[in-house]
Amino acid sequence: MAQASGKSAGKSFFGRFGVHLAVLFFVLIWTLPTIGILVTSLRDKNQIVASGWWTSFSSSMQTSATRLSPPSSQVQKDGKFVIEGNLFETPGSSAVSAFGTRSAQPTEFKAGDVADLKDGVTLQVNADGSYVFASPVAFDGDNGRRVYYAATMPPKFTTDNYNTVLLSEGIGRSFLNSLTVTIPATIIPIMIAAFAAYALAWMRFPGRALLIAVIIGLLVVPLQMALIPLLELYNGVGNLFGVPSKTYLGIWLAHTGFGLPFAIYLLRSYMAGLPRELMESARIDGASDFEIFTKIVLPLSFPVLASFAIFQFLWVWNDLLVAMVFLGSGNDQLVLTGRLNALLGSRGGDWEILTTSAFITIIVPLLVFFSLQRYFVRGLLAGSVKGG
Amino acid sequence: MASQILSAIIVIVVGVGGCLAYFWGANKLVDLVYPSRGVSGTAAVDNLRRQGLVRPWLFIGPAILILGVYLIYPVVSTLLYSFYDKGGDNFVGLNNYRWLLGDEEFRNSLLNNLMWLIVVPAACTFLGLIIAVLTDKIWWGTIAKSLIFLPLAISFVGASVIWKFVYEYRGDGQEQIGILNAIVQAFGGQPQVWISLPFWNNFFLMIILIWIQTGFAMVILSSALRGIPEETIEAAVIDGANPFQIFWKIMIPQIWGTILVVWTTITILVLKVFDIVLTMTNGQWNSQVLANLMFNWMFRGGGDFGRGATIAIVIMIGVLPIMIWNIRQANKEGGR
Repeated sequence: MAQASGKSAGKSFFGRFGVHLAVLFFVLIWTLPTIGILVTSLRDKNQIVASGWWTSFSSSMQTSATRLSPPSSQVQKDGKFVIEGNLFETPGSSAVSAFGTRSAQPTEFKAGDVADLKDGVTLQVNADGSYVFASPVAFDGDNGRRVYYAATMPPKFTTDNYNTVLLSEGIGRSFLNSLTVTIPATIIPIMIAAFAAYALAWMRFPGRALLIAVIIGLLVVPLQMALIPLLELYNGVGNLFGVPSKTYLGIWLAHTGFGLPFAIYLLRSYMAGLPRELMESARIDGASDFEIFTKIVLPLSFPVLASFAIFQFLWVWNDLLVAMVFLGSGNDQLVLTGRLNALLGSRGGDWEILTTSAFITIIVPLLVFFSLQRYFVRGLLAGSVKGG
Repeated sequence: MASQILSAIIVIVVGVGGCLAYFWGANKLVDLVYPSRGVSGTAAVDNLRRQGLVRPWLFIGPAILILGVYLIYPVVSTLLYSFYDKGGDNFVGLNNYRWLLGDEEFRNSLLNNLMWLIVVPAACTFLGLIIAVLTDKIWWGTIAKSLIFLPLAISFVGASVIWKFVYEYRGDGQEQIGILNAIVQAFGGQPQVWISLPFWNNFFLMIILIWIQTGFAMVILSSALRGIPEETIEAAVIDGANPFQIFWKIMIPQIWGTILVVWTTITILVLKVFDIVLTMTNGQWNSQVLANLMFNWMFRGGGDFGRGATIAIVIMIGVLPIMIWNIRQANKEGGR
């Protein structure tokens, strides 16, 4: 297509422009939803529900109320009683555009104007929030006067949501649980699969072709087929030995079993592609299969081992179904995906909690993914182009 | 908490060490039982032959054991469960299957699953192909592909939260904070509660899976497109083919096999789709699918394993043609 459209210069310019635009459109659709929760997770809780996240970078106009300093802080100046101060804790943090003293008319006066409040009482509020409240007679009472003002609030970003979620919503603990599940469940299948893959690729024995066919068949067996019998098996084993049936060991083995067909398939097709001369010359030198495997095949297979490790890591970290069936829902066993699912039920509309929790659950896979994308893509190509 | 980390570390060490010890020890044992060195010529040959018979099974043994316990036994067992009642004690013949056919919720799930099966693989493959072709032509294509590929790393639950926020609806008079409703409103439309819209809500759930899986289709198809020999396209250009003819008549036929693989891979995924429906609607508003229905029956009212197993069998039947096709394909390649 590129060559064809290169025939006329004018068409090519608009064609190229269109391509850039189209790709930009796709990129936006594919990134905006994620950016949305990242931005939201960093916003102030009250601002999240007040305006869309896409407005959060520009200042927003908000009407608020506050109290002036109490009468106890008044001083006498030029025969008047004066209270001075600033509406904002940090002066200049936002800009007042208008103010008022009645809730019905919160923006009665413009910033900088001197408002006449009857009986010679005046109030002046400036754009930076500083005010002068003056009266010919002494102020009395305990509380400062209530004033209303409209101010442009600068975007306010905070990491408060992360503190809340990590410490009091149990996400921190679940993060640890997810790691506890994921790391062993990634490492165990690699070893077992590597030996099996070597045998299937380079050793001759009866039933080999059948085994390969079975493994390719098992690649696509839905997880759903395994859940009920395994749940029963685990309950049975638990009852028999008087141990809990929902344990980390149980889920490590389950993930190992479910990941094994793909691991063996991926590793076997890679190992089968290694040069035959390598094995044969080693064998002539008197090396046993075990030595050939550990000293030649395993080091050469590093890229495919890395590919599988990334796959398994992402799959286990992101899994919800297996964790829901084989682990309990207590604080000591609830993984991140399970916790997020629970929060969706219990904290339905609290977007500051949900977006922050979601971002914490996806940050690890995203980091793994970005740093090891090369291996991930390689595994994807090797794993799917042949079999599926 | 500390003990949890400790036990995880111990398991990693023991597990990996145990694996290594098993493979190394078993290997040594074979050498000891059937020595090939330091014995007479014929005995050595005999023993080497015996070693060759035993050793593959030592290597592959643990894998067979685990596959047997975690996949092969359960598949057979699930099939049996589907002929038994709730607790798995009494044989009920085809009762579960009969119940299934008459169950309103099941028929609804099956119909929804069929819609998913048609829409999601088609949309992923189509979008993936378009993006692969487009990004191939621009200097920042690699970055664009990376970003579109990114959702593949996100869990279905995480993606559900992300999209639930996109679909968020707030009542009349309130500022819409969901981007979809904000856009609809900006164009003068009426904000909607997208995930409970009858019928159409299914498509809003499908979008989530399409969003995740398009990157997969794109990467595979992009690499297939690169594999097309330049000469075939050049020859077509010389013959005066227009871009559309080149795309449809030259490029597509050459990557047809890959398209099929992408399609079937996503099809299998769609058959098992669970997390998205559970977290977005839990099957409410007629958005139920098979995998979620099965999960429901596994635990509903103390769990009905018979019905759960029967639904699992239905999912399995959906996968079966692809499984057979894969095995035949692999046999054709001669076990390579």
